[in-house]
Amino acid sequence: MSGIESMPKLAGRIADQAIQGRAKHFAGLSDRSIAWLFISPTMFLLLAINIFPLIWAIRLSFTGFMSNLPNPARFIGIANYVDILTDEDIWQHFQVTAHFVFWTIAFQVLIGFGLAFLINQKFRGHSFWTTVILLPMMLSPAVVGNFWTLLFQPQIGPFNYFIGFFAGLAPSSFTMIGSVDLAPWTIVIVNTWMWTPYVMLICLAGLRSIPDYIYEAAEVDRASAWRQFWTITLPMVLPFLMLSVLFQAIQSFEMFDMVNLLTSGGPGSTTELVSITLKRAAFEEWRTGYASALAVILFVTIFGAANIYVKVLNKVKQQ
Amino acid sequence: MSDTRALRPFSEPSSVMRWLAAVVVVTYAVISLLPLAWIGATAFKSQSDAIAYPPKVIFTPTFEGFVDLFTVQTHQPHDFIAKLPPPTTWYEKLARDRDMVIAGPSRVVERFLNSLIIGFGSTVLATFLGTLTAYAFSRFKVPFADDLMFFILSTRMMPPIAVAVPIYIMYRYLGLYDTRIGMILLYTAVNVSLAVWLLKGFIDEIPREYEEAALIDGYTRLQAFRKVVLPQAVTGIAATAIFCLIFSWNEYAFNLLLSSGQAQTMPPFIPFIIGEGGQNWPAVAAGTTLFLVPIVIFTIALRKHLLRGITFGAVRK
Repeated sequence: MSGIESMPKLAGRIADQAIQGRAKHFAGLSDRSIAWLFISPTMFLLLAINIFPLIWAIRLSFTGFMSNLPNPARFIGIANYVDILTDEDIWQHFQVTAHFVFWTIAFQVLIGFGLAFLINQKFRGHSFWTTVILLPMMLSPAVVGNFWTLLFQPQIGPFNYFIGFFAGLAPSSFTMIGSVDLAPWTIVIVNTWMWTPYVMLICLAGLRSIPDYIYEAAEVDRASAWRQFWTITLPMVLPFLMLSVLFQAIQSFEMFDMVNLLTSGGPGSTTELVSITLKRAAFEEWRTGYASALAVILFVTIFGAANIYVKVLNKVKQQ
Repeated sequence: MSDTRALRPFSEPSSVMRWLAAVVVVTYAVISLLPLAWIGATAFKSQSDAIAYPPKVIFTPTFEGFVDLFTVQTHQPHDFIAKLPPPTTWYEKLARDRDMVIAGPSRVVERFLNSLIIGFGSTVLATFLGTLTAYAFSRFKVPFADDLMFFILSTRMMPPIAVAVPIYIMYRYLGLYDTRIGMILLYTAVNVSLAVWLLKGFIDEIPREYEEAALIDGYTRLQAFRKVVLPQAVTGIAATAIFCLIFSWNEYAFNLLLSSGQAQTMPPFIPFIIGEGGQNWPAVAAGTTLFLVPIVIFTIALRKHLLRGITFGAVRK
């Protein structure tokens, strides 16, 4: 039976080869040339659209170029860098960014890990609710920032009512976006809402990677649940947690979309993250050279973080 | 106490703990859905219900928001409208009831179309290039493979605003500013890094023996790739494509800075849906809802691969 079936297959294969006899010169490329043929278009695209502009930006960062003026770029040495690093405003924007990064990550880790731990109790319907919780992280950050402006409206928005109801405050007694004190927390709240699922999902993977027999052994040794958590659960989830924290740190450090539409840096400059400063310098004041220098500073920082991220990534992969 | 604990099989948590976990998780899920539910509801509110004080939870649903989103209207005096021939469509009637006359379609359709063209264009390109590159990295000894893979990933980490400065100048120079082709190329470059990393993970999982058997049968490498590897990788390729599509669909910063109208997609457009006299929240909410629905569907379709997608293929289960 199987012999009969394979006959037409074999015939087909022979016919195939007969037709492609000539094409084989081309199709029978060596593995080496196929590898280069397959890799080079991607590399070319990345070089053209990422690396070439990057080198250009580095060059521009040493000039006083303004892209809205016809003047050619004039070399001014490291003046832009000196300007940036001695500018107190820039340091203030870095502080705003640090506040944002620190608190979103703190909340994401606490809530995300907590949720993952609870979901891992495998109650009925847990996979359905996991998918529901994941939704916010897939949405467009810009669109999210835009619609939260409605939710945060002091009078017509539901957020103040919700908080007022639980905290016993009058809903119109405070404004989130308009207040100097609360606006930095506003962007933290929205970012936490959006990205906690990310941390949760990766922690959940970590929790599920712990084999049962380790707990069984601990049980035999009569280790308390508390002790099991600190000596087994946490250390084994830690690489996963690190992975999510690093990625979120990079992502919040370069955050632009959501904050630009939610507060656009205001009130004053209380929520002006570095990327918003950069956008203003480059596309509103047209100080291209100066903005390029700031961009290069961001690149270097992110590149360092990305290096660590990939190391953790490979470590988790090996587990 | 410790005796009963020893009796139950370990991996089963106690029923009280489970019940508690369920309550907390479901409460969180419901609260985190409230913002989305509110936007969805606002899309079906009338303009006065949308800005009611205190906010309205119960209201009469209407399609006004959607009509406002898709049309340009002008306000007319009541007796002018009374003199007009009666409205022929339901949406004209809806506008007339508020003393508005529909003047024509709005730009939202063009923006949706741009989102679709740029989204699908860059997805197809990125997935195609990504599949080839991932296959090469997965199967061949590439010199400096680890460094090249790191390089590919690091391009994804670059802050879009910082890259946008030189790209803006380059695009102006090349005539790619505010063109769909320009946006497609840019999104392809951003997506291809994710595609390579994700697909390498998927292709690594396909046993090499299949290909080796095909090679012994006289297939060339390319034939083996096309007829053996690709069919096996279809699920992975589809998941990767959806991730790329979601990225391009959601992207805002590049489009905001590198287009001014011709190639504008939905995300930079939505904040500028403004009606006559102040922000038209139902129209904004209607646009947002239409924009978000495909993402919700894709997220549900992707739920088994989400973990891979967000960790560049490193974490699989």
